[in-house]
Amino acid sequence: MHELSITQDILNIALQEAKNAHACKINKISIVVGQASGIVPDSVQFCFDEMKKGSIANEASLDFTIVPTQVKCRRCQHVSSPKDIIWMCDKCGSGEVDIIAGRELYLNSIEAEQEEAYENRSS
Amino acid sequence: MKIEVVKNILDANAVIAQKNKSLFDQHHVTVINIMSSPGAGKTSAILETARRLKDKMKIGVIEGDLASQVDAEKVKKEHLPVVQINTGSGCHLDANMISHAMQNLPLKDIDLLLIENIGNLVCPSAYILGEHKRVIISSVPEGDDKPLKYPIIFVDADAVIINKVDLKAYLKFDMDAFKKAVKNINPKISFFEVSCTTGAGLDEWCSWLTAASKRKS
Repeated sequence: MHELSITQDILNIALQEAKNAHACKINKISIVVGQASGIVPDSVQFCFDEMKKGSIANEASLDFTIVPTQVKCRRCQHVSSPKDIIWMCDKCGSGEVDIIAGRELYLNSIEAEQEEAYENRSS
Repeated sequence: MKIEVVKNILDANAVIAQKNKSLFDQHHVTVINIMSSPGAGKTSAILETARRLKDKMKIGVIEGDLASQVDAEKVKKEHLPVVQINTGSGCHLDANMISHAMQNLPLKDIDLLLIENIGNLVCPSAYILGEHKRVIISSVPEGDDKPLKYPIIFVDADAVIINKVDLKAYLKFDMDAFKKAVKNINPKISFFEVSCTTGAGLDEWCSWLTAASKRKS
């Protein structure tokens, strides 16, 4: 529900990393989103397409890696991937579980083009 | 070229939250982040808590709402320092908003700061503010299935207040089922069954809060 501010953070991080690397254009931003992070990728995409305008990420695509929610049963130690948001062990049926994956929300990498002058200097 | 980043998207918030927490600790202020759906009774719980504890400790309040000063006005009547944050359309409080609000609070004269987050069971849990404890308020009319539908907010919480227990006789609310659903995902959580209308259970909740705020002294 707070995808607007999340998207702004994504863009800020990407632009800063690009600047640090003397990049003049961002082609792709790869982010990792857990299913239980509360973030809806479609909504981030929608915000991103508006917010990137006028920046060096203007033509960038967003690449989402979705991490499924995983819970570990405290009774039988079995790891399940709940299909819906009801968290329970799919082996013994217990609801006594710890969430071990699915809360991820991070920017993994960006693909960018370096400024020509900087590229020549470093080669 | 590919640039490896691997950076938490909420890092900017986390950095400010850590600064907030350091400042709170420096002034020996215990901070409670109170989250619930709209209408569960956050403001009532804050007012009733303050009435019971204000002779024992100095209490401050930060009120978060999309619009209006309605809640801040209620708190002011109790003669407590209060800052109202209006987020416009924002669905949660973040650490930056708290860092600004703190500047308008007399931190050296506050022992316990109660932060009322935006009424929402989804977004507020993603944003740490610099708090020491997280408290969820659920209320009987909302039904006993909230922990099943909105599990994440309960995962990082320290306590759950179940408010409006005076309405139990009129509504189907299975208290055991509610508690079991919460304990399944967070076995260490504390429960307080209260009614801000009758006052039931509030002393027990206030004892927990007093112990939590003495933690650092």
